[in-house]
Amino acid sequence: MQDVVIKTDKLTKRFGDFVATNAITLEVYKGEIFGFLGANGAGKTTAMRMLCGLSKPSSGNAVIAGYDVYRETEQIKKNIGYMSQKFSLYEDLTVLENIRFFGGIYGLTNQQIKTKSEELIARLGLEGEAKKLVGSLPLGWKQKLSFSVAVLHEPKIVFLDEPTGGVDPVTRRQFWDLIYAAAEQGVTIFVTTHYMDEAEYCNRISIMVDGKVEALDSPTQLKRNFKVSSMDEVFYQLARGAKRGD
Amino acid sequence: MRTVRFLLQKEFRQIFRNKAIIAMICVMPVVQLAVLPWAADYEVKNVNLAVVDHDHSTFSRQLIQTVTASGYFRLTGYNDSYQDAMHLVERDQADLILEIPAGFERNLVRENQQKLFVAVNAINGTKANLGGAYLAAIIKNYNQTIRTELVSGVTGDPLHLIEITSSNWFNPLMNYKVYMVPGILAILITMVGGFLSALNIVKEKEVGTIEQINVTPIRKHHFILGKLIPFWVLGNIVFTLGLIVSWLIYGIVPEGNLAVLYLFIAIYLVSVLGFGLLVSTFCETQQQAMFIMFFFMMLFVLLGGLFTSIDSMPEWAKTVTRFNPVRYLIEVMRMVMLKGSEIKNIVAHLIIVTLFAIGLNALAIFNYKKTS
Repeated sequence: MQDVVIKTDKLTKRFGDFVATNAITLEVYKGEIFGFLGANGAGKTTAMRMLCGLSKPSSGNAVIAGYDVYRETEQIKKNIGYMSQKFSLYEDLTVLENIRFFGGIYGLTNQQIKTKSEELIARLGLEGEAKKLVGSLPLGWKQKLSFSVAVLHEPKIVFLDEPTGGVDPVTRRQFWDLIYAAAEQGVTIFVTTHYMDEAEYCNRISIMVDGKVEALDSPTQLKRNFKVSSMDEVFYQLARGAKRGD
Repeated sequence: MRTVRFLLQKEFRQIFRNKAIIAMICVMPVVQLAVLPWAADYEVKNVNLAVVDHDHSTFSRQLIQTVTASGYFRLTGYNDSYQDAMHLVERDQADLILEIPAGFERNLVRENQQKLFVAVNAINGTKANLGGAYLAAIIKNYNQTIRTELVSGVTGDPLHLIEITSSNWFNPLMNYKVYMVPGILAILITMVGGFLSALNIVKEKEVGTIEQINVTPIRKHHFILGKLIPFWVLGNIVFTLGLIVSWLIYGIVPEGNLAVLYLFIAIYLVSVLGFGLLVSTFCETQQQAMFIMFFFMMLFVLLGGLFTSIDSMPEWAKTVTRFNPVRYLIEVMRMVMLKGSEIKNIVAHLIIVTLFAIGLNALAIFNYKKTS
């Protein structure tokens, strides 16, 4: 049996009468790349924010990296990394300053920050840009940088909310190389995406429709179950019944 | 504490990269203190006076001359009828009408009494009130001079008059600038501190960087401290610049101890910054924060005793001013800068702003939610 790092049980979030996330039950294993799919408005971001401790669930349970999502949010935060849809590093700080700041507040020592910054910059090939303001970098580089910052403190799990939105195919490939490299180190990747080719890269995926998880399996198994040849068709069959969306 | 150091490093870097903030910190105190005290002056000058002289006598001309020579009035009309003078008032060319009746001189000399008529355009309340009072005083003075001359001319025995002499303590020349500058300086640091802190956190919300902070194990009070300290330092810089400017331009040097002043400012800034932070926890956009801050700033300034005396406010308004931190700062600024008050004189003020500082910051920390 594999180690379970994310375990949710009927996790629900209501905003008034609106049930954004409806009784989600799933398990994610250590070192896995877990694709969290769904149409716009299906409730992916809400679910992810609950798992990160940014939003309190209305009901249900969840245990993240061994910590309870109600009582131990601060413990959870030490063990996860998060990259939101919106680019959220400081644009008016340089690449190095951002790395130093986030390393610092996660409690890395100065020595650790120094070596990690050098590694990170070498890996991303940002030697020439290290002292430039982040705001001046192209989007693709920003995304790669914010992923690298999200895994800087070696979290057990990293949550990525549409990390490759608006990024060109080459950069997306490079981005997934970074994800694979992190997964090989034993980091669990929990990622949302709208690109079905990216869904194929995942070990397992879940598909949300109108706040509920309607399917959960490996891409190969899902295609077999739905008797189709591509993830596109699996997604289409599930999501066309959706009532929500924008 | 190490976390706070990283936060401070980040915050100062961002501040020093933001040209608008630097400009605001340097330019605002200089411009406001250089310009505002000249405008915010209660002394009424250039009151436009229309005279209706039905007498055309030596005495009436003497009276008009005395009035215009006082320097407070500008003769804008010398009319034959009250109607003509009233037209001037209607066209906003006159603030006051002085009507001298026919037989002014005769009655004054023979019957020892005479009535004058003064009409006031009360649209501009302050100007009309003070103008009317000046005019009354000048006429009374003129009257006494004539009395003395006429009476002593007859009997050779001077009249016994009561003369009042007064001296203005703490501001001997009744210079309004001396009175206004400490108040304006108080408003200045309130504005700078309040706005900077309120807008800063809301900006992080708008840009989305706050999410990245909230997902880290950072402690709430560390985060708030990381925001408070930089703006506290800026507030002190602005205050110091303000003191230098008021010394250079107006020659105002605090009578009291500078250390007392800085001690009070130190605590006061914490309370104002706490207020800004509290506002920021309620707002999602900088626009919202701006409007809310403006609303409170207006209240704070108008109910702070800068322009109008708190003593003359109605009872309920006085009660409201007790919850206005700016009021205490303006009082302390005037006490220490003009009167030379010592620490023992401002103990009550110190205690109150300390309570404000603790209360507002506690609320801000409580209301800042990492988890929604």
